[in-house]
Amino acid sequence: MPKNPDLKKILLLGSGPIVIGQGCEFDYSGVQACKALAEEGYEVVLLNSNPATIMTDPEFAARTYIEPITVEIIEKIIAAERPDALLPTLGGQTALNAAMDLWHQGILTKYGVKLIGANAEAIDKGEDRQKFKDAMLKIGLDVARSGVVHNLEDAREVARQMGTFPLIIRPAFTLGGQGGGIAYNKEEFETIVARGLDLSPVSEVLVEESLLGWKEFEMEVMRDRADNCVLVCSIENFDPMGVHTGDSITVAPTQTLSDREFQLMRDASFAVIREIGVETGGSNIQFAVNPQNGRMIVIEMNPRVSRSSALASKATGFPIAKIAAKLAVGYTLDELKNDITRETPASFEPSIDYCVVKVPRFTFEKFPQADPVLTTQMKSVGEAMSIGRTFKEALQKALRSLETGRFGLGADGKDQYPKLSDGSWDRETLNQRLSVPNAERIFSIRHALLAGYTVEEIQGLTGIDPWFLRQIEQIVTMEKQIPTQTSDVLFAEIPENERTEEKKTAVLRGAMRKWKKAGFSDRQLGFLFGIPEEMLRAGRLKYGVLPTYRLVDTCAAEFEAYTPYYYSGYGDEDETRGGDKRKVMILGGGPNRIGQGIEFDYCCCHAAFALKEEGFETIMVNSNPETVSTDYDTSDKLYFEPLTLEDVLNIYEREQCWAVIVQFGGQTPLNLAAALQANGVNIIGTQPASIELAEDRKHFAALLEKLDLRQPPNGTAINEDEAVAVAERIGYPVLMRPSFVLGGRSMEIVYAEEDLRRYMRNATSVSTERPILVDRFLEDATEVDVDCLSDGETVVLGAIMEHIEQAGIHSGDSACVIPSFSLSEGVRQTITEATKALARELQVSGLMNVQFAVKDETVYVLEVNPRASRTTPFVSKAIGVPLAKLAAKVMAGRKLKDLGFTREIVPTHFSVKEAVFPFVRFPGVDITLGPEMKSTGEVMGIDADLGLAYAKSQMAAGSPLPQGGNLFISVKDTDKPVAVGLARQYVELGFQLYATSGTHAALAAEGIPVKKLFKLSEGRPHVLDMIKNGEVAFIINTPSGKQPRADEVRIRGAAVTYRIPIMTTLSAAAASVNGIRSLQGKGLSVKPLQEYHAGIGRA
Amino acid sequence: MKSQLVLEDGRVFHGESFGAEGTRIGEVCFNTAMTGYQEVLTDPSYYGQIVAMTYPLIGNYGINEADGESAHPQVKGFVIEELSEFPSSWRSQTSLPEYLATHGIVGIQGIDTRALTRHLRERGAMKSCLTTENLTVEEARRRASEGEGVVGMDYVRVVTTPEPYDWDPDDANSRRWDVTRSAGETDPSASALPPARYQIVAYDYGLKRNILRRLRQHGFKVRVVPAGTTAADVLSLKPDGIFLSPGPGDPSALDYVHRSVRDLLGKKPIFGICLGHQMLSHAFGGRTYKLKFGHHGGNQPVQDLATGRVDITAQNHGFAVDPDSLPPEVEVTHINLNDHTVEGLRHRSLPVFSVQYHPEAAPGPHDALHFFEQFGKLIDDSR
Repeated sequence: MPKNPDLKKILLLGSGPIVIGQGCEFDYSGVQACKALAEEGYEVVLLNSNPATIMTDPEFAARTYIEPITVEIIEKIIAAERPDALLPTLGGQTALNAAMDLWHQGILTKYGVKLIGANAEAIDKGEDRQKFKDAMLKIGLDVARSGVVHNLEDAREVARQMGTFPLIIRPAFTLGGQGGGIAYNKEEFETIVARGLDLSPVSEVLVEESLLGWKEFEMEVMRDRADNCVLVCSIENFDPMGVHTGDSITVAPTQTLSDREFQLMRDASFAVIREIGVETGGSNIQFAVNPQNGRMIVIEMNPRVSRSSALASKATGFPIAKIAAKLAVGYTLDELKNDITRETPASFEPSIDYCVVKVPRFTFEKFPQADPVLTTQMKSVGEAMSIGRTFKEALQKALRSLETGRFGLGADGKDQYPKLSDGSWDRETLNQRLSVPNAERIFSIRHALLAGYTVEEIQGLTGIDPWFLRQIEQIVTMEKQIPTQTSDVLFAEIPENERTEEKKTAVLRGAMRKWKKAGFSDRQLGFLFGIPEEMLRAGRLKYGVLPTYRLVDTCAAEFEAYTPYYYSGYGDEDETRGGDKRKVMILGGGPNRIGQGIEFDYCCCHAAFALKEEGFETIMVNSNPETVSTDYDTSDKLYFEPLTLEDVLNIYEREQCWAVIVQFGGQTPLNLAAALQANGVNIIGTQPASIELAEDRKHFAALLEKLDLRQPPNGTAINEDEAVAVAERIGYPVLMRPSFVLGGRSMEIVYAEEDLRRYMRNATSVSTERPILVDRFLEDATEVDVDCLSDGETVVLGAIMEHIEQAGIHSGDSACVIPSFSLSEGVRQTITEATKALARELQVSGLMNVQFAVKDETVYVLEVNPRASRTTPFVSKAIGVPLAKLAAKVMAGRKLKDLGFTREIVPTHFSVKEAVFPFVRFPGVDITLGPEMKSTGEVMGIDADLGLAYAKSQMAAGSPLPQGGNLFISVKDTDKPVAVGLARQYVELGFQLYATSGTHAALAAEGIPVKKLFKLSEGRPHVLDMIKNGEVAFIINTPSGKQPRADEVRIRGAAVTYRIPIMTTLSAAAASVNGIRSLQGKGLSVKPLQEYHAGIGRA
Repeated sequence: MKSQLVLEDGRVFHGESFGAEGTRIGEVCFNTAMTGYQEVLTDPSYYGQIVAMTYPLIGNYGINEADGESAHPQVKGFVIEELSEFPSSWRSQTSLPEYLATHGIVGIQGIDTRALTRHLRERGAMKSCLTTENLTVEEARRRASEGEGVVGMDYVRVVTTPEPYDWDPDDANSRRWDVTRSAGETDPSASALPPARYQIVAYDYGLKRNILRRLRQHGFKVRVVPAGTTAADVLSLKPDGIFLSPGPGDPSALDYVHRSVRDLLGKKPIFGICLGHQMLSHAFGGRTYKLKFGHHGGNQPVQDLATGRVDITAQNHGFAVDPDSLPPEVEVTHINLNDHTVEGLRHRSLPVFSVQYHPEAAPGPHDALHFFEQFGKLIDDSR
């Protein structure tokens, strides 16, 4: 029976901001769900607080709410929209938790809203540790021995009963295993249990037998209303148990299970989904297997679409989220078609004829104080996936997709070998790098093999299955052989009298193909032969060693596939198809990392949509499995490939593209732009030369001078002494940063020579071409971001965004507001003119972002980026104009005049973008903000009232502004005069103020009622006690300097742990006053984006 | 050592040899299962064929005694993309290349098996010559086209048991295998064998061990008889039911089997699998025809037309039953959702049913296991 006729309107919940453990995979699943439900004629009401998503584009749902995902807000939406059903299984843990809260509070019953996909009982059974364990035992499956506890005392008792360490601690209902860990001794046990109890919304923690060193597997299964079950994809983890699966290298399909073991795991997976009662949709079930005897244990299940299911969809071509949405409305699997083969139904199991490897992307460099050891708590911020005919090929491709400057598994001249001063291997360090899981362990395995370790030794240290280690050994063996395989050596294989040119060519081709099949990049081969990459490439082309592109077809070639989703290999046949349209290649952004996230993927998708409309054939290249851009539905063709010069040129040449777009995918494609152009690639839009010009200090200064624009005094330096000289000339404080980086990588504000010298000593890869930039830092200036669109003739501003935090805090980390709220008309005018002048002078075709600082009515240009910016989607949502789409059309030759976008839109409503941070993942890291970007995602608050828009943004970011209670305030001396005025307002709003001696004295002196608290060193109870007891509702704490006092760091850390809203700048504290005032006065209301946009009344 | 696979239409694939050396001729088919190469190699239904695996990495978990579906490999040749020479599994006892070498099976690796699969998908299954000898392409091609292939071939007489025997009389080899309990040991309570409630005869046209194990696990005591056993001889054993096994070769080339099955119709409850299903069809007066490239793999969706339910099934057949050739008293009960071919039959009045695929799996999913239970019920009902 097909879809359920009782449903008409369906509320779909998104997953909110990108955080560690919840990335853009839920935009992918949400977009698929929106499209699938709309296709079936349902009216979709969507809620998501994340403006950088494709799903929140107004055309993807009938009614789109960019509002906080909280029970309070959802109830308002339900009351206004009266949906028939709520679909909570496609928006990650956020949506599932929200749905459970709504259910517990009786709101769904009250409004007669049906939960579809998974019901509350199933969600509860799948997520509640004890219920899950009982359910597993009931159906005869094995689980790890464990105990569920709600307090420390019970935890100790469970530990005593188990009688052995290590023990695993898993808090209930937290994202990505947050707050969990492995305790090797009693002390660690107590610390981790206490943290887990705190973080778990239900104060529940599971203490479990350690399965360290066991093999880990995941099964992605789907079930329909008629109880048909299919296994979409099996995944085997490279890293054994003990490393969160999100932080593990993972491989699809399983490699080391015999069919007997595999089928038992499949049976178990179906038994789990049935027993838990997930009625329709996808689930992810994790297993551990003892490598000694095969004992199989169920670890956990997610009764929803997950990060792994996005990976599984990309790995197999089976669109799990789309099918899940259709199953939720009543279809059965056999009633749905497999899009890829068209002929066959969705009730089948993909058979894949390649190997898929996913490698996580970490950003520990952003958080130097964080513990880089990988544990059961997820720490990675993104991932790259690759597809190859062999594991070796897929692994090397995945490693060169990571955007960490590597070109495969080493052999690229970038290794820092652990060696002692006498040149011998530092085995102690190596042993440690192998035995303690870390982000670089895969490279250490290679080092160990080079150092002569046996596979057995490495297995003993790492617990990694020898099958994987043998594969790596084969790569290393080949790496060692390659430099000896010169043409003379190869030709010697041919008997002397038969050495014809033809035979020689055949031998060379054979050797080259063998290396390529093992995944060696041109760069690696060049390095091994001691020649430049270009020369290697030229040789490879000369001998006709070209990649062949194969289809991801769900069926191992058994049936013809219609969906052009490709990966490269070096096989016998190429399956690409010609086309008569002009082809434009869009380069994506690669793995998500801090500074380069979903915003750029959003832009790439828009380029694909726009150019399809313009009649081009669009070709997407990307390596990030979480994204919408790597949905085979987004572009005409999808190449799941690394974004390196070699891989991109190969596709460009095979497809005979007309042009390439590099300005949408963030820094990744921009870094390739010059080399692509040098290889004859037609780059459309703003030319690489202009992009370089904007980055080049000297030229840029000259440009500003020509345009009569001001910038903070500055200079460049390539060594310590030069830097000191520049700083002395322009005066401290100075802002230091390298050229060509995104996300403020290694940016720092330096107040004294000593710090400046330290900075220069630590700076890496500095050269004359890429010097360190030194700018005078403007203290307490207002920062302004502008996004504009230019077609070479017309320049139109997207928006002038006024930052809440002062200049000096990375623009990606500060809250900002559209339209500006405090800038004078004169300043706005200056900014507008400056932006237009810059766009014209740089001959911008497409998007451009400019950052300004405004101090005492003077406007300074800080930075110009002639490309799509992180704020492009936010601006587009705020003003109701798809900027990226228009930009793509402009790049392809259209004029803004023809596209109907000729003047800036200044909306009457306020849109606030707020950043979201991963601090809760990195205990011990100070949460203060600076010029280096640290946020992983963003949310948007919209309202007619600025205060409410700001309050919504805080609520959406997970730290809702309190409307009263105890406020702890502690500010640095220079902030005290301003703090007095603010404090007074907080008192007026009804807050009880608390402060320690310094701030207390300053406030008391002005007659502000404030209670005095002990500093941490002065006695108890002190502020931390109050925080832990839940007696503090709000904290204002500005850092005292670059080297903050230990007290402050602990207070800020506690605020994060105990989820108490905290403001670390006075500007944010001031914005909060307005927010709280509005909340108290007006209360919250909701309104869909479509209505805001209709209200704009576009010209 | 260099090796080549030459198809009868002249397409050549070059690779490296593993396992035994020599030249083998046979029809080449592809199998899309991602696990279970050992079961594939030892399945008697593959007798006479050269099998190519679409999954490129083969040999990963080695070879073990328990996973053999018969005493030795049955394929003529084995074609893969990349061999894992060092297996990794607690179950592995030997490596794939050693195993093939021991049993004289010619293997070839380094083949683009996707290209081969696409070729066979478009042109249909065909004969081929797999050789480590230095043959010219023309010579290899000639040998391929002059070779036996499958059409018209009776391979059943090669693989069937020469003498009747009782399967596992001591109940030592039929327990359910499990890893979900107590460290890989079989949990006696979960896998204890039920009492033997039915005495049946199983025709061996190419039996797999797992069929026998599954039958025993469902309460059947099995007497296995050679394919040539007459109906009278079978009936003289007074069985509660008769099982018709899978097997290799061309189903229409087995007149003697068609006859004996026809003579058994209506006498005893009958359950047929794969070739057994085709034998029943012939006994009913129906026909079988050769599929373009067959169904070989573990992901074939089969729908039960009565309930609508879909099982993901293990399949291995190059021929199918023509539904139009069947008499009205025979009902098609199951179809393949990929190509809508016949996957299951039952007689409307006689206690006879059959499936084209493999409820015993090995390798493949267990979804269709319920047919063994159904066979027991059929016997119960006709008692």
